Amino acid sequence: MLDQLDRRDFMSLFGSGLLVAFSSKAQESGIARRMPPGIPQDVDSWLHVGEDGVVTVYTGKTEIGQNIRTSLTQAVSEELRCPAGSISLIMADTGLTPFDMGTFGSRTTPTMAPQLRRAAATARDTLLDLAAEKWKAGRDRLSIADGKITCADGGQSIGFGALTKGQKLAKTINRDLAVARPIGQSVPKLFGRDIVTGIHKYTPDLVRPGMWHGRVLRPPAFGATLVSLEPHNLPGVTIVRDGDFVGVAAPDAQSAANALRQLKAEWKRTQQPSGAMLYEDLKKTASPGEGPSSGSIEQGLASADVKLHATYTVAYIAHAPLEPRAALAEWDNGALTVWTGTQRPFGVRPELAEAFKIPEDRVRVIVPDFGSAYGGKHSGECAIEAARLARAAAKPVKLVWSREEEFTWGYFRPAGVIEVSSGARRDGTLTAWDFHNYNSGPSGIQGLYEIPHQRNIFHPADAPLRQGSYRGLAATANHFARESHIDELARELAIDPLAFRLKNLTDARLRAVLQAAADRFGWGSMKGNAKGIGMACGFEKGGYIATCAQVAVENGRIRILRVVEAFECGAIVNPDHLRNQIQGAISMAIGGALFEQMRFDNGQILNGRFSLYRVPRFSDMPEIDVVLVDRPDLPSAGAGETPIVGLAPAVANAVYDFNGTRLRGLPLTASG
Amino acid sequence: MRRVNQITVNGTLRQIDAEGSRSLLSILRDDLELTGTKYGCGEGECGACTVLLDGQPVRSCITPVSAAAAKPIVTIEDIHHPVQDAFLETGALQCGYCTSGMIVAAVALLNKTPHPTRQEIVRHMNGNICRCGTYLRIVEAIQKAAQAHA
Repeated sequence: MLDQLDRRDFMSLFGSGLLVAFSSKAQESGIARRMPPGIPQDVDSWLHVGEDGVVTVYTGKTEIGQNIRTSLTQAVSEELRCPAGSISLIMADTGLTPFDMGTFGSRTTPTMAPQLRRAAATARDTLLDLAAEKWKAGRDRLSIADGKITCADGGQSIGFGALTKGQKLAKTINRDLAVARPIGQSVPKLFGRDIVTGIHKYTPDLVRPGMWHGRVLRPPAFGATLVSLEPHNLPGVTIVRDGDFVGVAAPDAQSAANALRQLKAEWKRTQQPSGAMLYEDLKKTASPGEGPSSGSIEQGLASADVKLHATYTVAYIAHAPLEPRAALAEWDNGALTVWTGTQRPFGVRPELAEAFKIPEDRVRVIVPDFGSAYGGKHSGECAIEAARLARAAAKPVKLVWSREEEFTWGYFRPAGVIEVSSGARRDGTLTAWDFHNYNSGPSGIQGLYEIPHQRNIFHPADAPLRQGSYRGLAATANHFARESHIDELARELAIDPLAFRLKNLTDARLRAVLQAAADRFGWGSMKGNAKGIGMACGFEKGGYIATCAQVAVENGRIRILRVVEAFECGAIVNPDHLRNQIQGAISMAIGGALFEQMRFDNGQILNGRFSLYRVPRFSDMPEIDVVLVDRPDLPSAGAGETPIVGLAPAVANAVYDFNGTRLRGLPLTASG
Repeated sequence: MRRVNQITVNGTLRQIDAEGSRSLLSILRDDLELTGTKYGCGEGECGACTVLLDGQPVRSCITPVSAAAAKPIVTIEDIHHPVQDAFLETGALQCGYCTSGMIVAAVALLNKTPHPTRQEIVRHMNGNICRCGTYLRIVEAIQKAAQAHA
C-alpha cells in the first residue's frame, strides 16, 4: 500500500517543458504519491488534468457535512473554467494529498479555497500557453470555458485532456495571477445521492479482505489502572493487554462482543474530580492569565453612573457526532494504513508513528467523508487502538466505538466561569469592562464595544475532564457572558437593548448585521408589544452575527418560538449551503443553550447515552429565519462555527424579557 | 435462545446463522454487509438504524433478529421513493449519517399518511436525531414529497 512510486519524473520533450511525464497508474489505483514537504508550491501536488479530461484535485481538508467538497470543487471549477462534474476532489489522505493542519477554525474557505484557486489559475494559464503553442496563435486569440480552449482564428477547440495527454503541469503556482471572488451559486451537495440511497461508505461501513472486528475493555472510571485480567486466552480471539489497555479482536463483531464479556478485569481506582464543585474548582485552580487590556478599570468604574457585577457559567458538553469514532487499521510489512474519521489526518499520522515507533512515512491515514465531528475528532485514540489490535491479530481490524464510549472517552467542550464587572453612564455610554474567563478559552473574548477602560482576560485552570475543541470553541461562552451582561446593563439603564448596542458599537459590519436581524425580526414594533424577546451580536473567525429570539416559558420549560439570525462572512460562496450551516448551527446551539450538560462524579460520566443526554430534536425547533448579508467586495470567511454563538445569549435575554428571571448559566433552566 | 437461519431482506430470502438475540442491525451490517443502516446509539434513541419491518419503522439496534425472522425487512438499499429526491432538492442533509434512518422513517410516515400535517411529521420523526441540525429542511423535504404525491 505504501510502495514508493516509480514516478519516472523527467522533463518531457513535449511542448515547451510545461509538462512532465506522469505515471497515471498512481492516481487511478490510489497508491501513495510522493509529496514535497510542507505546503507544496507546485501545481501538480494540488491538481492534475487527466487524459480523459478529469481534473483530479487534492486537499488535506475533510468533508464532515459542512459541504466543502462542494465549495472547493466550485472554486476550482470557476477558476479553471471546467464543469464541476469533471472535477474529482481527493480529500484527506496523507498518502495522496498535501499536508494540512486539519479541518478546524473555519479555515477552509479563507485559506484552502484561495490556495486551490491559485493552483487552478496557474493550470489555466499553462493550458492557454500550451494551446497557443500548439496552434501558433496569440494568447489573446484564445478563450477558455467548459473544459475546453477555443481559438478565435480558426475556430479550433481542444479539451484539457487532449491538450495535456495526461502529463503533469510542471509549473510553480503563480501567486501573482489574479483569482476571482466566488460567483455565489447554490451548487447542490456533491455525492448527496450516495447518501440518500445509503451507499456512501463511512468508516464503520468499510470492509477489508480478512478483516476482524475489535472491541476495547474500558476502565470503570478515568484514572483507573489495571490490576489483573482473566482469562489470558480465548479460542479464536486475539486478546491484547498492554499496560492499562485491554482489547480483543475476533473474526466477527459478535465474537468480539462475546469475548469482551468473558474478560474479568480488576481495576484500581483513584479519587477523581466530580461535577458538584466544578465551577468553584475552576476558579480555585485558575492562573492569572492574559488578554487584551486598555485604560484603567478603576478609572472607568469611577466615571460610571451604573455599575454591575455578574458571574456566568457554562457546562461541559459533548459533541455527540452521530457517527462515533471508528477506525479500520491494516498492517503490511511494517507499514500501517488507517481509515478513520478525523479532522486532522496529518495530526493522527504522527500520533500513530509515535505510538508504534515507526517513521511517519510508514503510516498512511485515509479519511472517508464522515458522520461529522463539530470539533470533537481532532485526535487519534481510536485509530491507535484499532492499529494495536490489528498488529496483534495480524489482520485488518475495524473498531467502532459505542455511543457510551464516544460520550466518555473522547473529550468535551470546556466548562467555564466568566466574571464581568462593568460600568456605564446614564446616557448609555460604556465606561468600564472587566471580563475574566476561567477555563473555557480565549476565542471570541476580544472586546466588541468601544469602551475606554477594558480588560478581557482568559485564565487557564485545572480541567477536571479531558477537554478540547468544539464548534465555535469558547466564543459561545464568551458571547453568552458578554451579550447577557450587555442586556443586563441595558435593562438597568432602561435603554432599549438594540439602541444600547448601537450606541457603543462602531464596527460598520457588526452594526449592519445587527440592524439586518432587528429589521427582519421586527424588533422595533415588537418591543413593548410582544413578550419574551432578546438579542445578541458578535464577531469571530471573520464572521459577523446577530441573533434575535422570541421565547415563552411554560410550566418551567423554556420554549424557543422564533429565531432570526443575520450573518455576514464576506463574499458568499454557496448561498444555500451557507444558509444550511447557519440553520444547523442555530439548531445545534439549542442543545447547549437549553439541555446539554455532562454530569460526572469521581471519574465517571453519569449521562453518556442519548436516553440520558438530551440533544435537540424535531419538536424543539423554532421558526428559523436566516438573513444572509453578502459582501462580494470582501474575501470569504468560514461559516461553520460562528453562527452558533448568538443563540444562547439571545434566548437568555428573551427569558428575562418574558418573566424577569435572569439566567446566568448554560444550559439555561427556567428555575435558574 | 434459538438460532435464526433465514430472514427476508429487500425481497430476498437470505441465509444466516445467528443467535436469535442478536440485533437485527448487527445482522444487516456485519453479516449481510447492508451498511446503509447505521449504528448511532444502541438503545433505540437516535433512529439512525431505522428499517421497515412488515412496513412498520423499527429500531433495528434493539430489535432481536428472532423478532424479524418471519417478516419482510426493507432497508435503505431498497428504498426508491420521491422523498429521497426531496431530501436532495431541499438540502436536508449535511454529514448524512442520520439520513438513511430519516428517509426510512419518512417513507413509513408517507405510506401511512400520504399528506401529513406539520405536527404529524414532527411527532412521527421526533425519535430521529440529526446532530447537524437539518430538522427544518427534513420537514420541508417530507412536505415536498407529500405534495408531489398529490
